[in-house]
Amino acid sequence: MTMPYYVAPEQVMKDRAEYAQKGIARGRALVGTTYAMGVLIVAENPSSTLHKISEIYDRVAFAGVGRYNEFDQLRVAGVRHADTKGYAYSREDVDARSLANVYAQYLGQVFTHEMKPLEVEILVAELDPVGAAHQLFHIAYDGTVADEQRFTVLGGEADAITHRMAAKFRPGWSLGEAVVACVASLSGPTRTLRADDLELAVLEHGPWRRAFRRVPDDEVTELLARGEPPEVAAARPPRAEGESTPGPVDRSGDDTGDLPGDDA
Amino acid sequence: MSLPLFPSGSDPGPSFVELLRRTRAAGAQVSSGAASEIVGAAGRQPAGFAATLIPGVAHGTTVVALRYDNGVVVAGDRRATEGNMIAHRSIEKVFPADRHSAVAISGAAGSAIEMVRLFQTQLEHYEKVEGTCLSLEGKANQLGQMVSANLQMAMQGLVVIPLFAGFDLRLKKGRIFTYDVTGGRFEETDFHATGSGGRDAKNTVKLSFRDRLGRDEAVEIAVAALYEAADEDTATGGPDPLRGIYPVVATVDAEGYRRLEDTEVAEYFLKVLERRRERGEGGAP
Repeated sequence: MTMPYYVAPEQVMKDRAEYAQKGIARGRALVGTTYAMGVLIVAENPSSTLHKISEIYDRVAFAGVGRYNEFDQLRVAGVRHADTKGYAYSREDVDARSLANVYAQYLGQVFTHEMKPLEVEILVAELDPVGAAHQLFHIAYDGTVADEQRFTVLGGEADAITHRMAAKFRPGWSLGEAVVACVASLSGPTRTLRADDLELAVLEHGPWRRAFRRVPDDEVTELLARGEPPEVAAARPPRAEGESTPGPVDRSGDDTGDLPGDDA
Repeated sequence: MSLPLFPSGSDPGPSFVELLRRTRAAGAQVSSGAASEIVGAAGRQPAGFAATLIPGVAHGTTVVALRYDNGVVVAGDRRATEGNMIAHRSIEKVFPADRHSAVAISGAAGSAIEMVRLFQTQLEHYEKVEGTCLSLEGKANQLGQMVSANLQMAMQGLVVIPLFAGFDLRLKKGRIFTYDVTGGRFEETDFHATGSGGRDAKNTVKLSFRDRLGRDEAVEIAVAALYEAADEDTATGGPDPLRGIYPVVATVDAEGYRRLEDTEVAEYFLKVLERRRERGEGGAP
């Protein structure tokens, strides 16, 4: 009979953390920030159907990076948690903080007790319905929670992107400014990201109950064009045919957005 | 509350009702939340037990729906009664089920409103989990299952009869569905009304209905139907200008659910009254 080798707990944790970090670093990054009308989340995501950003509840959104199947499972669990809570108590009682805690506990437990940690980092964002105290909860693979009121970066190259965002961030900026800054921070100085490489969604103030809205590609293109100085836009070469990005994305069938006048 | 995760064999999928049953959370005992158990229990009820009114239960009364050229109008009065007493003057019986559909209720108000709440959550839950909306047909079937889950309560007098109407995004037209107490689901071609004043309301619509009505005309017919129902049926409330209480009138079309403002509804009522007066009907006893 072979005896298992003794491995120090520090080493076990270090190995798991490294494993998770490697998995996450392979994925593309995501930025969440507050702006004048609410919360903006920008993800680098060439797929138009496999979303990284989703609606959880009226004022709560979810975003994940890393392994898709793992964060999607967390997303569905979050929707279930929120809907059950809102049904049992009241819609107002559903908040991001409690959801973030539940996620953190689960991720922490998996990290310490299971063989394989989850290779995900998630963001739970909540819109403040009256003021500007929006909240961004960043939950790491080991269950560490950080709450931010300015911006937060998830995924590969997070440090470099955070550095670029910090230089650009301005409290209460407009959607256009925020989109341009987030996209520039994600892409870095050497690349250019276009609407069809990106997935954008906002939680925005409005008359409707469900604040979550996906920003369609044509609006993203317009925001990017409007937000950058005209000489830069003019100098940018048009994208060559046959480049490896998916064609125009039609999200018109996607109905997870606003629901006006729903709280009758 | 911990994170509701399920092993793949017992995953409730996109169904909120199923999720409640699995988690046994607060509210899981709600009759419509436990379909099979309730249906099973109903089979053991002694025959002939049914349908005596339980005192002290508020009942909602008349709701009406009709189709127009690119949508549906749904309207309901605001009165709830307990026997011969008015229980509430301003309850609402017309609700948005989701963006492109509306549900109107008549019958035991408490169970009905709870059923609507569950139905709304169910549709939104499906939409969020799956990333797409249910088809209108799918929504109608879901509501039928909830009505049939209420069968045992219905046998004891707590009947809930919803009226479901919505805009079918695939067929590009408004559709109306009615239910019986067993959850049987029937599609109406053009219009329907349920509740104690339902017959009067339905007759009124029947006399004015024609194909390809405009939205404005359809709203006017719905308002007239509620007016006639309130005229004949004590349990149906008419417009109450003194308190500013007017029936709920909503339309659903490609743009979605929209509830008319009370001031708009008041104007429609004025129009209906004006027309009656012109025809010399005002003074008749």
